[in-house]
Amino acid sequence: MLCCICKEREATVHLTQIADNKMQKVDLCEECAKNKGVNDPTGFSLADLLLGLGASQEIEQASGGADTRCPRCGFTQADFKKAGRLGCPECYKTFAEGLETLLKSMHKGTRHVGKVPDSLRQTRDLSDRLKMLQKKLAKAIEEENFEEAALLRDEIKQMNARLSNIAAT
Amino acid sequence: MDIHDFLISPAETARRKGPHDRIVMSSRVRLARNLKDAPFPGWAKKPDRLKVLDTIRPAVESLPEMKDAFSASMDSLSSLDKQILVERHLISREHAAKTSGSGLILNREETICVMVNEEDHLRMQALRPGLQLRQAWTAIDSLDSQLEKKLDYAFSPELGYLTACPTNIGTGIRVSAMLHLPGLVLAEQINPIIQSVNKLGLAVRGLYGEGTEALGNVFQVSNQMTLGESESAIVERLEKVLAQIIEHEENARATLLEKKPKMVYNHIGRAYGILANAHSISSKETMNLLSLMRLGVDLELFPGIDRSLVDELFILTQPAHLQKQHAEKLSAEERDLLRADMVRGRLKNVSRPVVRPPAAGGSTGLDKPDK
Repeated sequence: MLCCICKEREATVHLTQIADNKMQKVDLCEECAKNKGVNDPTGFSLADLLLGLGASQEIEQASGGADTRCPRCGFTQADFKKAGRLGCPECYKTFAEGLETLLKSMHKGTRHVGKVPDSLRQTRDLSDRLKMLQKKLAKAIEEENFEEAALLRDEIKQMNARLSNIAAT
Repeated sequence: MDIHDFLISPAETARRKGPHDRIVMSSRVRLARNLKDAPFPGWAKKPDRLKVLDTIRPAVESLPEMKDAFSASMDSLSSLDKQILVERHLISREHAAKTSGSGLILNREETICVMVNEEDHLRMQALRPGLQLRQAWTAIDSLDSQLEKKLDYAFSPELGYLTACPTNIGTGIRVSAMLHLPGLVLAEQINPIIQSVNKLGLAVRGLYGEGTEALGNVFQVSNQMTLGESESAIVERLEKVLAQIIEHEENARATLLEKKPKMVYNHIGRAYGILANAHSISSKETMNLLSLMRLGVDLELFPGIDRSLVDELFILTQPAHLQKQHAEKLSAEERDLLRADMVRGRLKNVSRPVVRPPAAGGSTGLDKPDK
């Protein structure tokens, strides 16, 4: 088995980390292992290591080659390979497909759980309620319950006004 | 303003108290945030970075928590000043390498420190002495909530807060504690502990963070995953693991004293002997020996001596702090001489460690049986 960093020498260091029932493996030759600080257990973590390895290849595959450029900042996957960092927030959309696999290997989940900026949370709550009201309205119309439909329509109107208000500020 | 007129003295810093501070030296919660419409600092051109700094700095300065704060562009600080901030654990080594286009805002109490254009546009951290992760999280959460009203954050409903490095995406949070673990090191139990902590998805790092060695038996434990788990769940998880590590460290100390008292006294006695008598000593050796002296203070082998004496020396003997006390540029050899002079001076009135009689009535709570 060849070392997954240099792809030249025989891999003699095999590392496995299990986090949340997900297994991650890397195989390294002695030299690359040393360069990556694998001999020092205090300075080593698999996520840091994996970041520099599979990520760029995955992005390359997913985005259909090395030529994909972020339309916003001009960042390419070759740049990611070099830096291990992305160019701008928009890059997460540009390279979304490849990043998903990477994020999965690195994190507990692929969807954000936790704090949401206040303004967004309001919008999200409102649009959730809006969707619910629209369903109710459709049902009311279907049942020819026009009195309720009228009430729902007014409520939806208000809700839309509030949403555009938030968007405007 | 000169950063040195601003910084709290090492003596005062060392006297700060917090829960479990004999093992947990400090707690820290850091949040990474970025502005929506700007490239990340590592990819941005200088004008972009300056623009981001000009947007963020006044927003942070305007917060009530940051009243009378120290605020500076990184190019206005000398490399010595920056090194001192690293030695105080206020900024990262990466940030110390930054110049114009990056900035720093530090509040009066040194409990909140905001780095602008480090790896992300914003790296804000709350610091507390001892084990106070929850308090640190509450403090930085509130600062962030105020800032989000003034700044346009890059946030995606699916991926959360977007960061330059995919390892920080989601909550952008890093919860960490700095631990002094001489008992586990002496008992040779530290490696299995580090490995099991790693298995729980937490990182263990050295004194100055990422990629540094564990000088002075000081280790940083922090979360690694930031996506798919809420901030409070991460804080809670860290709290649980830290409680376990604290217990293991206390047990290791108690067991060592019971089973191998000579070994413990030998280490501490030699550490004292060298520190109190050396005429030349490196920063690294000083740290490692001070760690043993700190253990000695915890074990009440230095009656009447407060831990802050050792903790102050931890700060003062680091290279940049030592250099700062002398006008002329010192070579490493000169620093070693001056460091030894300072430590000898400080320990002049500290008597050599006592030997505790076996089973001396458990007043320290250290002689607790294992189970």
